[in-house]
Amino acid sequence: MRELSDHILDIVQNSITAGSNHTKIEITADTNEDSFKIIVNDNGHGMSEEFLKNVISPFSTSRRTRKVGLGIPMFIKTTEHCNGSFDIYSKVGKSTKVIAKLSLSHIDRPPLGEIADAMHILVVSNPGLDFFIIFKCDKKEFVFDTKQVKNVLGDVTLDNSDVSLWIKQSLKDGKTLVFGGITV
Amino acid sequence: MKSIAELEAIRDKALKEVNIRKQGDGTRIVVGMATCGIAAGARPVLSAFLEEVSKRELSDVRVTQTGCIGVCRLEPIVEVYKEGGERVTYVNVEPSMVPKIVFEHIVNGNAVGEFTIGYAESRK
Repeated sequence: MRELSDHILDIVQNSITAGSNHTKIEITADTNEDSFKIIVNDNGHGMSEEFLKNVISPFSTSRRTRKVGLGIPMFIKTTEHCNGSFDIYSKVGKSTKVIAKLSLSHIDRPPLGEIADAMHILVVSNPGLDFFIIFKCDKKEFVFDTKQVKNVLGDVTLDNSDVSLWIKQSLKDGKTLVFGGITV
Repeated sequence: MKSIAELEAIRDKALKEVNIRKQGDGTRIVVGMATCGIAAGARPVLSAFLEEVSKRELSDVRVTQTGCIGVCRLEPIVEVYKEGGERVTYVNVEPSMVPKIVFEHIVNGNAVGEFTIGYAESRK
């Protein structure tokens, strides 16, 4: 994975596969704490305690096409390389929460990358699902809520081309507003 | 910053246009976005499809994502489902190939042979 955005997309894809229809994605940079935190919280069908214990192993996966799953192990390695931590909590039938922390200034930390593009893809190619996206850096904050957008749109769908452009631009603006002043 | 007022204007414009999209019909472009796909570069490919479809105002085309399609060594993989159930699988897709796929296949109805899985596998 070249950037943290790719890891985030990957984790959210797990949520979607688990049947989540409302996924919260929170990306927080804190220059005082020197931390970079990514939280993904979904309402999918969750994992049993036994599966959860093994989920950090590359040989644990829910997919049926192969017997390996590298998404979470790779993300864990990235956090370990950057003085960070990786935690995952899950309740069967209710929710799963992933918390990844990295040191903001660590030389090995991959860049956040094209987060606006990544979030735009999620929102527009899954118009039936809801996403609550937060970018935070120190005191600056940007919130993008698909429920709010859908309320305004009524019968017009998120994959309408003008709507799609609006979404992309507002996510880009949000990224610049929040993370513009620091190296992410 | 983008404003809600702007979004409302887009909505009103869209509602005024005659809705030619038939529910459940049309073309579906599905991009594999599991770990294998993302690591191989599926994200810029999906972005390119969204952009191309919106540039050409193809209102009956849906771009969606899916998990692992099963042949990870050929990622990024894109499947195109045309009306009537025909499916074409493109492999090792790069953003630069997207305009050609959209123009020749989606718009004109001729699959781009040299990008398909059949072509890639026959050259081994």
